[in-house]
Amino acid sequence: MRPTDTSDPEYFHRVVDCQYACPAHTPVPEYIRLIAQQRYSEAYLINWESNVFPGVLGRTCDRPCEPACRRGRVEEEPVAICRLKRVAADYKDDIADRLPKAGKSNGKKIALIGGGPASLTVARDLAPLGYEMHLFDAQAKGGGFMRSEIPSFRLPESVLDEEVGYVLDLGIKATFNTFVDSLQSILDKDYDAVFVGSGAPRGRDLPNLPGRNEADKNIHIGLDWLANVAFEHVKKIGKRVIVLGGGNTAMDCCRTSRRLGGEEVKVIVRSPFADMKASDWEKEDAIHEGIPILDNHVPKEFVVEKGKLIGMRFEKVEAIYHEDKRRELVPTGDEPVFVPCDDVLIAIGQENAFPWIEPSTGVNFTSSGVPVLDPLTMQSTRSNVFFGGDAAFGPENIITAVAHGHQAAVSIDLFCRGADLKVRPAPDVTLVSQKMGIHEWSYDSEPVDGKREAVPLVELEKALKNRALEVELGFDLETAFKQAERCLNCDAQTVFVPSNCIECDACADICPTTCISFIENAPEPELRKNLLVPATNEEQPIYVSEKLKTGKVLVKDEDVCLHCGLCAERCPTAAWDMQKFFYNTAKAAPILGDAR
Amino acid sequence: MSYIKPNFRHPRLPENALGHTVADYDGAISTLCAGCGHDSISAAIRNACFLSSIPPHRIAKVSGIGCSSKMPTYFLGKSHGFNSVHGRMPSVATGASLANRSLTYIGVSGDGDTASIGMGQFVHLVRRNVNMTYVVANNGCYGLTKGQDSATADHGSISKYGEVNSFDGIDLASLALLQGASFVARSFSGDKEQLEPLIRAAMGHNGFAFIDVVSPCVTFNNHAGSTKSYEATRDHLDVMPLDFVPMREEIRTQYSEGTSKSVTLHDGSVIYLHKAETGFATNDRTGSLTAIQKAKDDGRILTGLLYLDPDTQDLNHNLKIASRPLNELGKDELCPGSKVLNSINEGLR
Ligand SMILES: Cc1ncc(C[n+]2csc(CCOP(=O)(O)OP(=O)(O)O)c2C)c(N)n1
Ligand code: SF4
Ligand SMILES: [Mg+2]
Repeated sequence: MRPTDTSDPEYFHRVVDCQYACPAHTPVPEYIRLIAQQRYSEAYLINWESNVFPGVLGRTCDRPCEPACRRGRVEEEPVAICRLKRVAADYKDDIADRLPKAGKSNGKKIALIGGGPASLTVARDLAPLGYEMHLFDAQAKGGGFMRSEIPSFRLPESVLDEEVGYVLDLGIKATFNTFVDSLQSILDKDYDAVFVGSGAPRGRDLPNLPGRNEADKNIHIGLDWLANVAFEHVKKIGKRVIVLGGGNTAMDCCRTSRRLGGEEVKVIVRSPFADMKASDWEKEDAIHEGIPILDNHVPKEFVVEKGKLIGMRFEKVEAIYHEDKRRELVPTGDEPVFVPCDDVLIAIGQENAFPWIEPSTGVNFTSSGVPVLDPLTMQSTRSNVFFGGDAAFGPENIITAVAHGHQAAVSIDLFCRGADLKVRPAPDVTLVSQKMGIHEWSYDSEPVDGKREAVPLVELEKALKNRALEVELGFDLETAFKQAERCLNCDAQTVFVPSNCIECDACADICPTTCISFIENAPEPELRKNLLVPATNEEQPIYVSEKLKTGKVLVKDEDVCLHCGLCAERCPTAAWDMQKFFYNTAKAAPILGDAR
Repeated sequence: MSYIKPNFRHPRLPENALGHTVADYDGAISTLCAGCGHDSISAAIRNACFLSSIPPHRIAKVSGIGCSSKMPTYFLGKSHGFNSVHGRMPSVATGASLANRSLTYIGVSGDGDTASIGMGQFVHLVRRNVNMTYVVANNGCYGLTKGQDSATADHGSISKYGEVNSFDGIDLASLALLQGASFVARSFSGDKEQLEPLIRAAMGHNGFAFIDVVSPCVTFNNHAGSTKSYEATRDHLDVMPLDFVPMREEIRTQYSEGTSKSVTLHDGSVIYLHKAETGFATNDRTGSLTAIQKAKDDGRILTGLLYLDPDTQDLNHNLKIASRPLNELGKDELCPGSKVLNSINEGLR
């Protein structure tokens, strides 16, 4: 295997699992250390620079960082990263004067359609550069789906107002209660660029079918339901499930149902089997999993008994194909068919999310109705129109919307300056030794044993009485410190200088988690197998040194390294050092210097 | 600041026949200098005990005084231990072995502890063939007292303070051979591939097993001009590699004729010696002495299993000591009463 090139920042970036997994690449260990040092404002600002909504995210984030956390691999549970973020937000001082201000006008104007996390991120990144930002939203206040879809017992309005306010205070010209019904009308106003952050398309419903409202509890819109399953908000479904629709979403729904407790799952579709929109292989896979597909059945009624859904009634039809290729579904006159069920998933297509974007604007959409975008730049097929958040690739989450916003802002800035959008600015990276003495590092290098603790909750009785009362109380400062100390400081990188090594084995002998081997070099798969403990976690890189004096190489498996610094403490020649790796994704906005 | 070894271990550490991981054989965190060869020996002993599936509570560690003699604190934290007086470990080991013959004894000493102050006790330990493994961590100096030349320092080696050693060093392996040791080996702290099987074989040997391990003192004897530095040792090593296959394990690797020879130990374990083509024989005491001397004359450090007599009888056997440990003998066995006394007396009439 070739020696590892640690001068490529992406190598050490990967080692900081949480930061790497975060779509916005928030420097997690850095802010957790600041919390342990009781520097809550600085911890907040590190977050704010990366993810714009620390208070919101500290309560509601989907936390892709936590399953990635190294602690979960060496102990049982990951660091409570998300709830520590909330600690920073809860205990910070007034930081308003440390935030950037609107820059001196550069004469450029940008329109933002939608006032959710993606648009607000673009505004936050571009306003300090002197762009004039015009934001339009149909709601009365900013925040988008953070406001409309997250119940206030999870996210108090005051927290949202504060963080939306920090952005709007950058001189954003916001127009609320205004639904933009024509992109052309916006383009006509001569904006230098337009950012569309108008949220996700909605799955279609059957609002007028009898029984729809009474049975609401057991009727789910397929797309939303799939998203809820993905976010683990939904973990099971009834034994008997009807999936309405014949497209790929219907296939996803029926197969997912089978995995969540659905035993008798049926797909019921209006059209003949051959006309179904789902790909042949998707249909085959569903049938293979024991899911019958009933075609030529048109839904007529949700049958409700004693307030509970017990099944659905269908009319049988036949397809007649006219000469002009028009298809007509004609009732056969048979008795209506009753199919018993516990739950219904409606997967009959999507509402058009962009009826307001005229084809003449040159913004193109795929056949499934999502905009055609460059995933790197977020640019659409019309060069001055950019997308982000759920409007870009369908439903994701807040932190992904923020990450899109940062990238779109970079693109818009490059676009307005006439630069090449594909040449992305490099991340801001530093790598600095943390050595203070023979056994002393500038971070708490000793991995503590403490277990993860749950966040305390408000008394149930109180909580149920007041819909706006926040249920989670957040960590108190003592708990926050203990939880912060669980962080393994994965950004304190083990940096190895092969030319200093005398191969005394001291590092390999001391390493508590047996990460280091002095060994003959070999191709990667073989090398992974030959280590003292084989490196079976392929998602984690292994470091391979240049050839040492004896002809062997040093290999370090990054998988369960504790970043305890013992290798560097036991090294007689300082071939190892612990160096803090700070990685800040490039943003359009200038670096928030005094945060660190 | 950490003088503390974290409690986390690799979640996929392999287990031995007892269901233990190597972590069950760990000791306290070392306080020796960073990079000291002694730490590697500690790790090799730990690994050897793990690999040979010896229950930690059936091992006793004994040592004298010196950085090397501190080592037992840093491995096998769940075993018995006795850190004795400078050069006096042999008498403690002898007594312990006679009192409880069922334990595995690992003695750890230094070149000062063995070849200077402890020389008198050492030769008697060899002569008596006490059933134990005796490891000398040989750094050619008194590490603990700031690096004075020891009795094993090579002629011409330059001390950290610039003095050229004008005395011939004592070769402990040759000494042990001359005194009739039944197992003699030499190795290097930086060569675990050889040291681990040697320690396992030594522990499997029924009798006195001596291993002289060159173990660089990074602080006082790792400079240019020292003959026991990492670099000088590596440059002059003449390695005879070996493998150890314990009795209960089937032999997986096939060794080609002519390149390997095997020796079977008392307990059925097998030692495979590679490099057989050199004609070196482990059962030839005189030949072994000659080979060591010849290597020395050529400026080489010959490492590997130098001599082995697998059929030797240890001290307990020779003294006809009770077959069970003393602590297992009850009052009736220790004090059999007047009836037995009378019958003995009758026998003498
Ligand atoms: C009776 C007695 N005499 C002298 C000493 C001082 N002393 C302590 S350690 C040591 C030499 C240790 O050398 P060695 O056995 O080679 O161990 P190393 O530190 O080199 O590993 C001496 C002379 C002592 N502790 N006790
Ligand atoms: S003084 Fe020498 S022998 Fe003692 S611990 Fe330090 S390096 Fe090892
Ligand atoms: Mg010594």
